[in-house]
Amino acid sequence: MADAGEPEGPERKDDIVKAKQEGKELTKEEKQRLRKEKKQQKKSKEKKDDKPSRDSEKEKKPASAASPAPQTPTQPPAQKAPSAAPAPVPVPASETPSAADKPAKSKAELKAERRARQEAERASKGKKGDVGPQAAPGKPKAPPSELQPVVKRLPEHVQVDNPEVLKKLAKKLERQQTPEYNAATKIPLRSDYGYKVSLFSHLHQYSRKAPLTQQLGIPSTVIHPAIVRLGLQYSQGIVAGSNARSVALLHAFKQVIRDYTTPPNEELSRDLVNRLKPYISFLNQCRPLSASMGNAIKYIKKEISNIPSQCKEEEAKRKLLNCIDCYINEKIVLAAKAIAKYSIEKISDGDVILVYGCSSLVNHILCEAFEKNRKFRVIVVDSRPRLEGREALRRLVQKGINCTYVLISAVSYILPEVSKVFLGAHALLANGYVMSRVGTSQIALVAKAFNVPVLVCCETYKFCERVQTDSFVSNELDDPDDLIVTRTGTTQLEHWQEVPSLGLLNLVYDVTPPDFVDLVITDLGMIPCTSVPVVLRVKNVDQ
Amino acid sequence: REKQLVEYFRAQMRKDPDMASAVAAIRTLLEFLKRDKGETILGLRESLKWATDCLTGEDSSVAVSSGGELFLRFISLTSLEHQDLSRCKKVMEERGELFLEKISMSRTKVAKLCHTFIKDGAKILTHSYSRVVLRVLEKAAAEKKRFSVYVTESQPDSAGRQMAEALRKLNVPVTVVLDAAVGYVLEKVDLVIVGAEGVVESGGIINKIGTYQMAVCSKAHNKPFYVVAESFKFVRLYPLNQQDVPDKFKYKADTLKTVQNLSEEHPMIDYTPPSLITLLFTDLGVLTPSAVSDELIKLYL
Repeated sequence: MADAGEPEGPERKDDIVKAKQEGKELTKEEKQRLRKEKKQQKKSKEKKDDKPSRDSEKEKKPASAASPAPQTPTQPPAQKAPSAAPAPVPVPASETPSAADKPAKSKAELKAERRARQEAERASKGKKGDVGPQAAPGKPKAPPSELQPVVKRLPEHVQVDNPEVLKKLAKKLERQQTPEYNAATKIPLRSDYGYKVSLFSHLHQYSRKAPLTQQLGIPSTVIHPAIVRLGLQYSQGIVAGSNARSVALLHAFKQVIRDYTTPPNEELSRDLVNRLKPYISFLNQCRPLSASMGNAIKYIKKEISNIPSQCKEEEAKRKLLNCIDCYINEKIVLAAKAIAKYSIEKISDGDVILVYGCSSLVNHILCEAFEKNRKFRVIVVDSRPRLEGREALRRLVQKGINCTYVLISAVSYILPEVSKVFLGAHALLANGYVMSRVGTSQIALVAKAFNVPVLVCCETYKFCERVQTDSFVSNELDDPDDLIVTRTGTTQLEHWQEVPSLGLLNLVYDVTPPDFVDLVITDLGMIPCTSVPVVLRVKNVDQ
Repeated sequence: REKQLVEYFRAQMRKDPDMASAVAAIRTLLEFLKRDKGETILGLRESLKWATDCLTGEDSSVAVSSGGELFLRFISLTSLEHQDLSRCKKVMEERGELFLEKISMSRTKVAKLCHTFIKDGAKILTHSYSRVVLRVLEKAAAEKKRFSVYVTESQPDSAGRQMAEALRKLNVPVTVVLDAAVGYVLEKVDLVIVGAEGVVESGGIINKIGTYQMAVCSKAHNKPFYVVAESFKFVRLYPLNQQDVPDKFKYKADTLKTVQNLSEEHPMIDYTPPSLITLLFTDLGVLTPSAVSDELIKLYL
C-alpha cells in the first residue's frame, strides 16, 4: 500500500479509508470520480438544512467507532454504491465473493482515488456528505496505517468478532436493493446464535431453527422466489455437498434469467449483474458460499458482462441459459466421467478401498468401477453429527458392492486391511492443501502412518486461488445444537447455553496438507498435489 | 516389416554402444517414417505407434516407450495443414531430425549442470551402469576435480563392474561394493548420484532394482540423493507404490515373451518416490521433484 510517507492532514486519512474500502475498480475510476462530484454537489445543494443533524450524527459515530480500542486497520472492501447513486452501480469485483479475494492496492490507483476525494471535498467546501460515516471510523485507524506500508485486507466473513465489520455488512445489505424500493424490503442480517468457542469467534455461527426467510417480508420483492427457496434449502441442509449446491445454484440462476426483463434505459449486461448481487448476499447469509459456488458465480458474471449491448434480450437470455448448461455439463458431468476413467486405472482387483463421508464424485467412481467388473470391497468411514456415510453406504450397497461401515474412531483399527484411500474434496487451495469435510485430514494422517496411498478426486472448477495452511482461518461453523445427543431419552447437553464455561463446536471443513496426499485425480489427468498452481495458471491462460 | 525394424534398431545399438537405447529407438522411428508408404496422416500415426510398440517389445525399458511417445508428439505438434501429404511428411521428418539433434545434446547439457555439485575431495556413491552418470563424472574429472566413487555391484547382471571399468579408464579411484553394503558405506560418502530409466509424473524415478533401497538409506543418513536424466525419459505414469508399476516395464522383454508365471520372476526395476529425491538434473534444468509435473504438463499438453 502506498500510504507511508506522504504527510497530509485529515483529508488523507479519509483517502486511506476510501481506498481501503474500494475493491479493484481500475477501469471505471474516472466515471466514478465524476459521478461522485456530481452527487456531492447535488447533495450539498439539496440538504443544506440537514447539515447540523448529520454533523451531530457524525460526531456520535466516531465516538462509538473509536471505543472498540486499538483495531488493526482491517476494513473489508465495502461497496462504494451510494456515492455512485442514480446510474447503475459499477460492476467490478468489490462484491465478488469477498470470501476469496484479498485485494492489494496499487500506488497509482490509491493516488487517483486520493485525488478524486480531494477534489470532491473541495467541491463540497468542507461538507463531508456521505463520506462522513466512512471517514469517522477511519480516523482512529489512519495513524497506525501510516506506519504499516502494506496491509492485507481480511475478507469480511472471517471478522465476525469485529463490530465495525458487522456494521458495514448491515449497511451493505441495506444498500443492496434497486433504488425504487425502500428500506423495508432490505435483505435481513442473520444474527449469530449461542456462545462461540474463542478460537473460532471470528466466524459466523447460525442456528438452523432461525432461518433467514422468517425475517423476510411477504411478498419479498427484492429476492426472486427461486433464490429464497434455494437459500432455505441451503440453511436447512436439504441441499448439501459441493456439487449439489453448485448445480442447484446454477439452476436457480437459470430461473432468474428466464424471469428477468431489462428495465428501460438499462443495459442487460450491467443490470443483471447488479440484480444478482443481493441474491448472492442473501445466499451467503443463509449459508456461506463454497469455493465451487464462488467459481460458478465468477463465470456467470463474466458471461453476463460479455454480452454485447446490441444483443436482443431474448437472444441474450438464450445465450446465457446455454452457457450455464454448458458449464454444468462440462465442468461437472463430463468431468466426473473423465475422473472415473482415470480412477479406474488405479483400482485393481482385490483392492480394499476406504472412503470417508459421502462424496458424489467418489461414489460415482466406485459405481463405475464396479460396472467395469473390477473386484474390490469398500470400507465406509462415518462421523457424527452429520452421519453422511450412511448415504454413501446406501448408494454403494444398492449397486451390489461389498461394504463395511465403521465410525472414524475405529480408523486406525481398520487401516491395516486397506490398500487405498479415496477422498473427495470441497476445494483445492493454491498451495496444494485440500479443503474437505472435517475428519478428512485425520484419515489422511493415519493412512500416511500406515503407508497407504491417499488419492483425492476433485474437478478443476473447485480449484481456488486462496491459500490456507490451517483450518482455523477460514471455516464454517454449523449449528451447535446438532451435537446434542439423545440416548434412551436423556439429553445431557440440552441446556448447554446456561453453562457459561461450555461451548459446543461443530466444524464443517478442515484442511489437509499436501504431504499426506499422494495423488490428485482431476479431469485434466493425474497430478501431484503440488501441481495445483500449475493447473490454475494453465486455466487462466486459457481464459 | 517388423523384422526389418528390429534389425535396424539392433544395428543402431551396435553401432554406438554409448548411445541411449531411446535415442536408437528414435533414430529407428525416424528411418521408419522416411520409408513409410502410408497415404494418410492418421495412418502414419498409427503405424508409428505400432513401430514404437514393436521396439518396446524388443527392449522393454521405460525410456524407449517414453521416447517414442515424445517423438510422436513432437513431430505432430506443428499444424499439419499442408494439403500435400508428402509436404507434411517432409515437415515431420525435419522436426524429427531436430528432435534427434536436441536429444543428442541432452547428455552434455546434464553434465554441464551437474558437475558443479561435485566438490573437490567428494566421495560419490552410484548404482549400476549409467551412461549419463558416467558423462557427468567425466566432465567433473575434466574440470580437474578430485573425487572417488563407490559403485554397487548391481546384481543380477553385475552392471556395476562395467561402470567401475569405465571409471578406472578415467583414472578415478573406484571401489565396487556389494548391493547389501549400501547402508554400511553411506556414512563415508558425501552424495549419491544415480541415473534413471524413467521419470514419472509424481517426480519419482524408475531405475535399476536397488535404487529405492539406496534412496531410503540416504534419506536416513541425510545425504543428498541426486538423479540425472534426459528429458525424453519423462513418462506419463503415476505409480502409487512398487506394485503399481506396469509389468511390461518390470521385466526384460525376452522374459515377458517366454515366461508364463511372472510372479516367479525377479523384477529388474523399482520405483523411488519423490519424497526421497533431493534434485533432478535434466536438460530442461535443475528441477525439484514437484517441478517435474509442471514440466510434464508443458511437454505433453
